[in-house]
Amino acid sequence: MSDAPTAQAVAPSAALQAVPRSGWHVATVAATHRETPNATRIELDVPGWPGNAAGQHLDVRLTAPDGYQATRSYSIASSGSSTRVVLAVDKLPDGEVSPYLVDDVRDGDMLEVHGPLGAFFVWAPAAETGDRRPVQLIAGGSGVVPLYAMAHAHAGADDPTPFRLLYSVRTPDDVYFDDELGTLADSAAPLRLDFVYTRRTPDGWATAPGRITREALEAAVFPASERPRVFVCGSTGFVERVADWLVMLGHDPRSIRTERYGGT
Amino acid sequence: MSFITRGFSGRSRERDDRLPPGQTLVGDFPVLSAGPTPEVDTEDWEFTIRTETGAHSWNWDEFMALKIEDVDTDIHCVTHWSKLGTRWRGVSLDTLFEDVETEYDYVMAHSYGGYTTNVPLDELLDGKSWVAFEFDGEPLDPEHGGPARLLVPHLYFWKSAKWVRGLVMMDQDEPGFWEQNGYHIHGDPWKEERYW
Amino acid sequence: MEHVDGNVLAGPLAEFFSFDVTMATGRCVGCGTVAELARAMVYRSGAGTVVRCSTCDNVLATLVEADDRAWIGLRGVTAIEVRRTPTGG
Repeated sequence: MSDAPTAQAVAPSAALQAVPRSGWHVATVAATHRETPNATRIELDVPGWPGNAAGQHLDVRLTAPDGYQATRSYSIASSGSSTRVVLAVDKLPDGEVSPYLVDDVRDGDMLEVHGPLGAFFVWAPAAETGDRRPVQLIAGGSGVVPLYAMAHAHAGADDPTPFRLLYSVRTPDDVYFDDELGTLADSAAPLRLDFVYTRRTPDGWATAPGRITREALEAAVFPASERPRVFVCGSTGFVERVADWLVMLGHDPRSIRTERYGGT
Repeated sequence: MSFITRGFSGRSRERDDRLPPGQTLVGDFPVLSAGPTPEVDTEDWEFTIRTETGAHSWNWDEFMALKIEDVDTDIHCVTHWSKLGTRWRGVSLDTLFEDVETEYDYVMAHSYGGYTTNVPLDELLDGKSWVAFEFDGEPLDPEHGGPARLLVPHLYFWKSAKWVRGLVMMDQDEPGFWEQNGYHIHGDPWKEERYW
Repeated sequence: MEHVDGNVLAGPLAEFFSFDVTMATGRCVGCGTVAELARAMVYRSGAGTVVRCSTCDNVLATLVEADDRAWIGLRGVTAIEVRRTPTGG
C-alpha cells in the first residue's frame, strides 16, 4: 500500500493550493431554514472567510455565561470564494451543541467558527486537478452535506466528470437539499442520483424500506473496473459497513476517502 | 476573543462546596475512552498481581469468592466533572494484597486493551481502593470498564483503570499511558494535580 | 465507544502546525502501515484525544488540551511526512 507510486487520488500540491489557510472568524446567522424534521440549514455571513473547497468543514465554538465552551465540527454545504457559508446541522438526541443550532439559533446570532478545515475529504474539478476518474459519492443521512457541496461544485464548474450520489435516508422527509439535488441531477454536469430509504419509502417505490445491502451498493455504484474515486460520509457504522463492502467489491482502499461522524 | 453565545448553556453543571477545586457536579456518567471497548467474558477474565518474586492470579469465580465490599464514594474526573455518592461493589486491594509480599512501593495497573496507569502502593491500600465489578446495583457496563475496573476514588478518575487485568509492582514510579502524555504523575484532585 | 477519523483533528491541530496535519502521512510503529492522519481512527473525549492506526489499532498519537497549553504525543509514528507547497510566484 505504501510503496505504490502516485497512490494519491489527488495530486498533493494541487490539493494544497486549492485549500485556503484556516482561522477563527465571527459568523453571523443570516438565515435559517428547517431542512428536515430533525435538521436546520444555517446560512452564515463570515466576513474575512477566505473561501473553501468542496467537502471541507468548520468547527463551531459556543461559550456559556460561566465560560464553559463546547466545540463541534460541521461539514460545509457550500464552496468557492463566497463569504456566505452554508451548514446543515442534524440534531443529535443527547447532543449538547446540535439542539441549540437546530432549534434555538436565530437570524443575527453570532457564532465563533474555525475554518476552513480539512484538505483530505475534498473534491475539486478536473480542470484544477487533472484527475478525470469518475466520482462516487455515498451518503448516510446527514453525511450528505459535504457530498452535496461536491455535487454542487461539480455542476457549478460544468465539470464533465461522471458523478454518482448514492444517498441513504430514513424517509423521503429526511432528504437534505431535496430540490437542489433534483436541479443538479438535471444539469449539464453528469450526476446520477440513487436513494435508499431505510424506514419508509415514497409511494409506489419498487422495494421495501431497509438498510442498504451489499447487493444494492454494487448495483448503484461505478464498478471497480472504472476505478472511481469514492467519498463516503455518514455515521461511523454506516461508513465502515460501506467501505468494507467497497473493498470486497474490488475498489482500491486508497481510492476511498471517508468522513465519519461518530455513532453507529 | 471568545464571546458568550446568546442562549447557550450546555449540559447542567452545578458547583458544590463538597467538591475539589475546579469541579462541577454532573447528572449523567460521561464515558471517556482511549480506544475500542474491550469485550472480555468473565469466563476468560483473570486478575494478576505480579511482584518481583512471583505472581498471584484469580479467575472470575475465585475473585467472586473473596470478601466483597459495598463502596459509597465521590469520584472526580480531570475533565472537571464530579459525582457524589456513587455506589459500587468490589474487592478491596487490601484483600487482594493479603498474601502478596513485595519490597516495591509502586504499582502499574494494566488493562485489557493496553491502557496503563501508575499508583503508589500505599495509595491503593488501607481502604483506599477496590477492584469493582458493580456500579449502582448493576454489573459494570463494558462502556464503564466492565467486567471489572480499578476504583481509586481519592485520585482523579483516570487512575481508576477500566477493564483492569492486573497490577505489576515497580521499584520506581513510572508514568502510565496518560501520565506519559501530559497528565500529572500523582493526580490528587484536592491539589488540582491535573497536568505535568 | 464511538470513534471518528483523523479529519476531525484539522481544527484542534491547526494551532500547532502551520500546515493541514490531517494530510501528513506517518508510518505506524506497530505494523508499518503508512497512511494520512485523516485515515486514522480517533477517540476523543474531554480527557484527551487518542489516534490509532486503522490497520492494527496501535496508538499513533495523543493530544491533551488544557486552557493554556497542550501536549502532543507522537509515540506511535516513526516519522511524519509533509508535502512541500510549491514556492515562487
